[in-house]
Amino acid sequence: MSEKKTLTIALAGNPNSGKTTIFNNITGTRQKVGNWPGVTVEKKEGLINKFGYELKIVDLPGTYSLTPFSIEEIVARNFVLEESPDVIIDIIDSSNLERSLYLATQLREIDSKVLFALNMADLASSHGTKIDAEKLSNLLDVPVVFTVGNKNEGMDILLKEAIKLAESSPDKSENRNVKYSRDIENAITKIQGLIERKAKDRINYKTRWTAIKLLEDDKIVKERFVEKAGAAGEEILEETGVLRKYLLNAFDEDPEIVMTDDRYGFIAGIIKEVQTITVKQRVDVSRNIDLVLTNRFIGFPIFIFFIWAMFQLTFTLGAYPMDWIESGVSLISSYAGSIVPESLFKDLLINGIIGGVGSVIVFLPNILILFFCIALLEDTGYMARAAFIMDKIMHLIGLHGKSFIPMLMGFGCNVPAIMATRTLESEKDRILTILITPFMSCSAKLPVYIVLAGTFFAAKAGNVIFSLYLLGIILSIISGRLFRSTLLKGIDAPFVMELPPYRVPMLRSLMIHMWDRSKMFLKRMGGVILVGSVIVWSLSAFPRNVDYSADYSAEMDRANESFNIKIAAADEKGKELLKNERIVAIAEIEKAMNAVKTEKSYMGRIGKGVSPVFEPLGIDWRGSVSLLTGFFAKEIVVSTLGVLYSTEGPGDKDALKNALRSSGMTPLSALSMMVFVLLYLPCLATIAMIRKETASFKWTAFSIIYSTSVAWIASFCVFQGGKLLGFS
Amino acid sequence: MLLSEMKKGETAVIVRVGGNGALRRRILEMGIVKGAQIYVDKYAPLKDPLELIVKNYHISLRVEEAAQITVEKLQQQD
Repeated sequence: MSEKKTLTIALAGNPNSGKTTIFNNITGTRQKVGNWPGVTVEKKEGLINKFGYELKIVDLPGTYSLTPFSIEEIVARNFVLEESPDVIIDIIDSSNLERSLYLATQLREIDSKVLFALNMADLASSHGTKIDAEKLSNLLDVPVVFTVGNKNEGMDILLKEAIKLAESSPDKSENRNVKYSRDIENAITKIQGLIERKAKDRINYKTRWTAIKLLEDDKIVKERFVEKAGAAGEEILEETGVLRKYLLNAFDEDPEIVMTDDRYGFIAGIIKEVQTITVKQRVDVSRNIDLVLTNRFIGFPIFIFFIWAMFQLTFTLGAYPMDWIESGVSLISSYAGSIVPESLFKDLLINGIIGGVGSVIVFLPNILILFFCIALLEDTGYMARAAFIMDKIMHLIGLHGKSFIPMLMGFGCNVPAIMATRTLESEKDRILTILITPFMSCSAKLPVYIVLAGTFFAAKAGNVIFSLYLLGIILSIISGRLFRSTLLKGIDAPFVMELPPYRVPMLRSLMIHMWDRSKMFLKRMGGVILVGSVIVWSLSAFPRNVDYSADYSAEMDRANESFNIKIAAADEKGKELLKNERIVAIAEIEKAMNAVKTEKSYMGRIGKGVSPVFEPLGIDWRGSVSLLTGFFAKEIVVSTLGVLYSTEGPGDKDALKNALRSSGMTPLSALSMMVFVLLYLPCLATIAMIRKETASFKWTAFSIIYSTSVAWIASFCVFQGGKLLGFS
Repeated sequence: MLLSEMKKGETAVIVRVGGNGALRRRILEMGIVKGAQIYVDKYAPLKDPLELIVKNYHISLRVEEAAQITVEKLQQQD
């Protein structure tokens, strides 16, 4: 095999320009999805062999410009600057030529080899917009290729042109650059001259580009410039400062603002030459759809319906495959149980590893469906409309309209909800949403409420549970406002959002999107959950040698024996009955034994150790232990309560209720416990997700500490306040 | 007048984009620059944000952001 030459091709372009579709067309399923280093912006790349080359295709984040304001822009620009791709393909939405050229002029300015892909020109021309590609190519000195992403047209030509461009000699022409106002050009020339004289050999960026960025007061470039050029750099910066002041006086405007205007002026000139709009009254399907979907009266009902449908699909339809997976897991676990000999390892394997990972893998159907729905909302263009109509409400909490979806999903399960925050562009919005989403009462907490409210509030249980949900929402609003004005201060992310035309989504892209997310979930969660499960299992399984107060195995033997005698004496019908009774009796003894085991385990000891903390909340040590085990998954609170309380009485459904009632728990302490369950630290899977999505240990720890503190304070207020008011 | 005072279905030319920092630059970079024609397509059901058409595409701004933009209304011609 001969060595193939590798070329790096970066895809740049505005959001909604069809960039992702083209990327999918080119790379197919050979793509790797990960994160850009240090940030949670998705990085996609694919390696393909074509025309005798090995092509590494990198999908840059969709941006409108390269001014480093958002992480996407910083990521895109850094890639272009630091990795110097051989060619950048700028994908241009033909119906949006003017705005698209803004990014194009910036790419051109960096002096990298740029190729334009005029995408969806067929659609643009049907709307009356014609583009003279040859003229555009001549004016900007850039090769231009027509593509139709959703019909997979023009991909080969695009790649061939890209290879040709990569192999061509570096392009020296500077006369196709944006020409700024004369005063600005003079300043650029002056700075460029200074750089060339004093620091040329120390910086690796193009001098004109560096001069422009310094004049624009670009913080990142300034920092790097001084880092590399040292004292000479400081000197040049000082000189630049003087020039900026002069320009500020001359234009009564910051130079970067004038330069933005100039770029659009330059673009307007090009547009005049290359674009012809035949005025015909176009039937705009998108606007007709919008007349309904963002209608003043029915916009909200339709939105609520879509969200309701998504929720139903995710959690109701998802419940079926969830059951299958659950039975699959128990099948594996019983199979493992039958082949692995009785040992500590068996316990670890079945209760720790299979049980732990199994309890997380059941979320997979939810995640698949949810991300299919989200991809559908995004690819059709409805997501932008949802944000448009919800923004007013969400803005009151200091959030972006799009934060609504993750918060709502939080009622189902926090794991996909936190993954859904990826649709938010601003990192601050993302972190804020991640911090308050766990207050949305997830479905795993419901069994806890049902047991406790059902036991102590009987007929009023529904109202109590509803109030809990409401409390969660109110606290998330308060927390949101609090964080916005303290920790995550700063101007709100602007709501400058494009409302792209509605498009028919492509199944392929939906599937790729859904699969990427799920793969990420399975891969990353696998590791954390595995470790977490083993830790939790160890805490509840050790120490092995529990000093039982009673001899349970002897008790079991006795029960077995007495039943065996009875069964031998009974008739056919009685035998069946007695056999069932025997199973119940043995289970009772096992339960009692487990209760002691849990109590004496490290988990139980920790529970007892921390119970003074829970005392002011009216929660006894058994409650404390169940809350601790709830860290693993909230449903477990109920089963731990079951193990710890149901030490006596028949094994029927009401056993736990009766046990709870006779344990000294009161309606007030039950309420306090429910409030605590509602608010305290999220489950292990959610915490792992928070860690991954914030990419910060600090925020994860903060989320845990904050939610637990809020839980304690709220429960304290409920319990002590209730006592003061005379409730019990 | 301010862009935020315009009614649905009105057209104007942008005179000045005020405000400061990142937001202002972002608005400019999206093509809402001096001299550009802007059409108020609609307001959201809760009267905020609003949807505009500029340079042949749809964009939304919050009312408080639109209040930073000075425009000159064009006479309606039909």
